[in-house]
Amino acid sequence: MPLTSTGVSTIAQTGAQAATLTASSVTKRFGARTALKGVSFELRAGELIAVIGPNGAGKTTLLSILAGILAPDGGEVTSNPADGRIGWVPQQPALYSKLSVAENLRLFARLERIADPEQSVGRMLAQTGLQERADDEVGRLSGGNQQRVNIAIGLLCDPVALLLDEPSSSLDPRQRERLWEFIGALAGRGTTVVYSTHNVAEAERYADRVLVLGDGELLFSGTPLELEQTVGGAAAGDFEAAFVGFLRDRGH
Amino acid sequence: MRWLLLKDLQILRRSPLMVGLLIVYPIAIALMIGFALSSPPGKPKVAFYDAVPPGKGKINFGSQQINIASYAKDLFHSIQPIRVSSRAAAIAKVQNGDALAALIVPADIPEQIQGLVQTGVGNPTVQLILNSKDPIERQFVDQAIASDLNKVEQAVSKQVLHVAVSDLQQVLNGGSIQFLGQSFQLLGLRDSRTILQGSIASLPKRSSIAVALRQVVGFANLAIEGLGFASPVLGSIGTPLTVDETQLAGQTTPADTYAVAIAVIVSLMFVTLLLAAGMLALERSEHTYPRLIRGLVSPSRLLSEKVMLAAGCAAAVTLVMAAFVSAFVHLDWSRFELWVLALAFGGLAFGALGVAIGGLAREVSAASLMAFLVSLPIAFVALVPASAVSGGLKTVLDVVAFAFPFKPALEAASNAFSGSSPGIGWPLVHLLALTLVFAGLARLALNRFARA
Repeated sequence: MPLTSTGVSTIAQTGAQAATLTASSVTKRFGARTALKGVSFELRAGELIAVIGPNGAGKTTLLSILAGILAPDGGEVTSNPADGRIGWVPQQPALYSKLSVAENLRLFARLERIADPEQSVGRMLAQTGLQERADDEVGRLSGGNQQRVNIAIGLLCDPVALLLDEPSSSLDPRQRERLWEFIGALAGRGTTVVYSTHNVAEAERYADRVLVLGDGELLFSGTPLELEQTVGGAAAGDFEAAFVGFLRDRGH
Repeated sequence: MRWLLLKDLQILRRSPLMVGLLIVYPIAIALMIGFALSSPPGKPKVAFYDAVPPGKGKINFGSQQINIASYAKDLFHSIQPIRVSSRAAAIAKVQNGDALAALIVPADIPEQIQGLVQTGVGNPTVQLILNSKDPIERQFVDQAIASDLNKVEQAVSKQVLHVAVSDLQQVLNGGSIQFLGQSFQLLGLRDSRTILQGSIASLPKRSSIAVALRQVVGFANLAIEGLGFASPVLGSIGTPLTVDETQLAGQTTPADTYAVAIAVIVSLMFVTLLLAAGMLALERSEHTYPRLIRGLVSPSRLLSEKVMLAAGCAAAVTLVMAAFVSAFVHLDWSRFELWVLALAFGGLAFGALGVAIGGLAREVSAASLMAFLVSLPIAFVALVPASAVSGGLKTVLDVVAFAFPFKPALEAASNAFSGSSPGIGWPLVHLLALTLVFAGLARLALNRFARA
């Protein structure tokens, strides 16, 4: 769905499905530089959304604000239900390499004040298929397994939405395939999943909807097919060409 | 916060090399510093050749003989002599490294001293041969021998003055003297004057002899008055000055206790700074800081946890260290609760400085290096003696020392270790204020964490 020239989205809710996460005119400045300019959108339960854009477009800043790490200078982010937790998975695994997989999960479960930490640890180990590596130090795991633990920690609080910052950037193709299977299954269980990526092929292949950012503005919100149709011409049927053409047409 | 503390302790337990570097290394260094400062320096080995033949070391002075050979023992207060039988043997000892120097007393030293005593002219000389290439070692030997020679000079001077005063008293008052093995009775000026005055009284008033004798009596009066004044003056010169020491304010801590306090606070500083800075920087290098502050732990609580972890570990380690050192140097165990307070408050202040450093660094290695680089100058500045620098520089050093925890921590620890020292209230207040200031700076530095 193309956006107005002001960069503010006009997404309408589809059907009776309520938004689980809403960003309203979110603005963020770092000194004289404006990283995000009035970004607005809504995310619905079970949606798989890719945030794409060139370097410096504001993808990580947007995810950091949605995650609550950074406070916006303008606008707001709300979740539904109001006390619904947001899971966050940073680009680089945020884990203690000297602790085991289970110890990392147990620590964050306790810090999240989860009622039964041991039960949550067991559930996450089962979900990520890491039961046999539970006692291994995280620093000795492969990059793919570290990313699985990283995601498992993001899921400990049973979030309504899970935010992933370039989750596949350090993985080999096989690990990447397993990661997307895992993320797809999460969305299938009703968790809203938002991920940023440089890999437009992953956005086309796995996302229900893409948010295109350029210079801190939200330029597009819609399905990959809608983006191709917006560009039209020679880019039809080639999402990457459509994405590049879309940005070029808007001066990015 | 307890889960974070537990986590950090688990990480430390699994990092033996890091723990070794952070704790064992500074403690080893600190113990070496402590023992070096609290142990007296050894006596340098000096080859000693006395060329004066046996029985020839006596000089005549007035009515007495002084045996200068009996003062040789005063040469050996600060040196360890290796007695040799010739000048060549003394030089050989220096050349082959058995001795740091050779001290040679020439055969004519009694004559040289005799000449000086009798005529006031001359410069009795002993020979010192040095072979040390190390300027500090050379200065050490030089000072040791100069100090001992000074003792000999003082002892001989005192004896010479004693003889001079004794002879003057005999000239004034008379008495028995020994000369060439025989005893003689000396009349003395006072008795001579009495005899003269008696003789004048028996002569006619206008006798020319009486007039002449009155002139001799006048001279005797002047001589008695002058010599009577000279004796106490000579006596006072011959008595070395004594020092009556009174402490108005400041440290009364014994030097060895102060040395232990320095060693303990150096360790406390190293361990706390490196732990606090390193463990905070670890949150950044492991990328866990953003995850933690997403409502799991506030930045202030995270800082508190790191400060308490570092202060607790360092205080425990340095308490054990102080207890160990107390086997060698007296520390006042009745003030143990003050030891704990001094080390705990010192640890908190150093911990706050450590997290301020950790907040500026991106990696553990950078944080550790910064902590190490900061440690050395703040210890150095606090230990520079006030008398060693000029007024303006002293003010600058005082201000810098006041702004960092080393000086108040050292004051608190040295006062706590010594029973004769004042309380530790003011240093603790100072340390608490520094804790708050550095914790505030660390909190500002953490804002950079979140943005980066």
